[in-house]
Amino acid sequence: MATKQSALARALDNRHLLGALFLLPAAALLLVFLTYPLGLGTWLGFTDTKIGRPGEWIGLENFVFLWGDDVTRLALFNTIFYTTVASVIKFGLGLWLALLLNKHLPFKAFFRAIVLLPFIVPTALSAIAFWWIYDSQFSIISWALVRLGVIHTYIDFLGEPWHARFSTIAANIWRGVPFVAITLLAGLQTISPSYYEAASLDGASDWQQFRYVTLPLLTPIIAVVMTFSVLFTFTDFQLIYVLTRGGPLNATHLMATLSFQRAIPGGALGEGAAIATAMVPFLIAAIMVSYFGLQRRAWQQGGADA
Amino acid sequence: MTTDNAAPDVVDSEGMNYLVSLPRRVVTVYVPIGAFLIVLLFPFYWMVITTLKPDHELLSRDGNPFWVMNPTLLHIRKLLFETSYPDWLWNTILISVVATFMSLVASVLAAYSIERLRFRGSRYVGMSIFLAYLVPPSILFIPLAAIINQLGLFDTRLALILTYPTFLIPFCTWLLMGYFKSIPFELEECALIDGASRLQILVKIILPLAVPGLISAGIFAFTLSWNEFIYALTFISSSEVKTVPVAVVTELVEGDVYHWGSLMAGALLGSLPVAVLYSFFVEYYVSGLTGAVKE
Repeated sequence: MATKQSALARALDNRHLLGALFLLPAAALLLVFLTYPLGLGTWLGFTDTKIGRPGEWIGLENFVFLWGDDVTRLALFNTIFYTTVASVIKFGLGLWLALLLNKHLPFKAFFRAIVLLPFIVPTALSAIAFWWIYDSQFSIISWALVRLGVIHTYIDFLGEPWHARFSTIAANIWRGVPFVAITLLAGLQTISPSYYEAASLDGASDWQQFRYVTLPLLTPIIAVVMTFSVLFTFTDFQLIYVLTRGGPLNATHLMATLSFQRAIPGGALGEGAAIATAMVPFLIAAIMVSYFGLQRRAWQQGGADA
Repeated sequence: MTTDNAAPDVVDSEGMNYLVSLPRRVVTVYVPIGAFLIVLLFPFYWMVITTLKPDHELLSRDGNPFWVMNPTLLHIRKLLFETSYPDWLWNTILISVVATFMSLVASVLAAYSIERLRFRGSRYVGMSIFLAYLVPPSILFIPLAAIINQLGLFDTRLALILTYPTFLIPFCTWLLMGYFKSIPFELEECALIDGASRLQILVKIILPLAVPGLISAGIFAFTLSWNEFIYALTFISSSEVKTVPVAVVTELVEGDVYHWGSLMAGALLGSLPVAVLYSFFVEYYVSGLTGAVKE
């Protein structure tokens, strides 16, 4: 078999040539539908392109206009508020759930499997369930609270600005906690139990074991998981689109939903692209914070983990 | 994967648990876990109950809303026979399967190339694949819409089949690189000495050993495509080419009267396929999820 290799077969055994060949399908798809759109999107942000009309370069005009636009400013505030509150709570609850699932439990694998359900089901569809749960007339939460005598009138979950903000955040947390919990659980399972035995022999309390054993060893994976969580939350679209479409009074518009609304139904592709481009610095900042935070930790621990 | 999980379990059960009394465990472990499970599962329960409720029960405030008195399949029947729901399901299946398969093939080749052939610059390509994984669809959909329009693909299934790999390939490649890394080099060297070509090595040695990785990547990619929303919303406008998540949101909501029963039935039927698939491959799914994050 090896003795009669054709020229083609020999060429295919050249690592560099074959490497390039193997990379071709993935690279071609990604260059055309990822790298090029990234560049095009940035360029569109500096033009006045409308749907059906090619735009002209207008420099920073879009960004100047958006900076003076109350709705965009509100959307920026909403996005930061939404991301901060949801991420902090997702981290807290996710870590707690991970610690609980890491305890010795009957049916542990079963619990772990159903905990992840909110994450795997299409967000748009679970958002519809939340829409019904938040209904102003038939909300089951309002019904239960009225029966318990906590409130007397039904809550208008999605009709008032602050109610709507917290309702959408709650739905986002519901969807995000399983991701944080399951990935942190994977991190917890790599920590050897002998550390805890050693710590408890030295008289460390539960809290001290958590603070001085679990947390430091978990930090690298926490950094990665929370980076992903922050990125997904910051660029969230589906949940808001289904629950409120940005209303009431734009109180729940995020950058992504606003950019969609301006670009697709509104037809102002250039302006929408400018809003999307404005999200990029925030994303890069989030990645940088986690990357350098992670590196410093690794260095403090002798660079052995991660 | 299985050995990873089994080890702590065994140690844990014989570990320091005897130090914790039962009442204390109930309060610190079982009660919080129960609360988490109830909250996480309630929306699904609510979907099912709403689907089965006749309209007059849905819109009454009397009785116990947590249970259904006269279960009915009317909403599901309406969904299947009076709307284009079967078409939407078929679109979603077709698009997800084709996009997943394409991405898997491209990713296997790319991951093998980056991880094993170690051509010049492969490290940088690996890094850029990871960076591509971090690019969110929300900043790509506008320029992509322009490109799709130029290519004349607007309102076709092909538009989604071609754009979904932009998030599937980076994910699958990254995951498979991890799997390929764990396969010993010696196996490949033996095959090379025996005269196997690189292609033979990939097909006959690496792929059979990476089957768990392939399943993980495939399952994960399939659910990601099934759940995709913003591209499908932007690139598709005719009802007959829509995918389930978009169609339920845009087509079943008519005017001011919400047909909650059929809406919930639509949400439920659209969630079931991924949920069932997931239940068969939980371990693979979890290892895909954690494997992609761990690196």
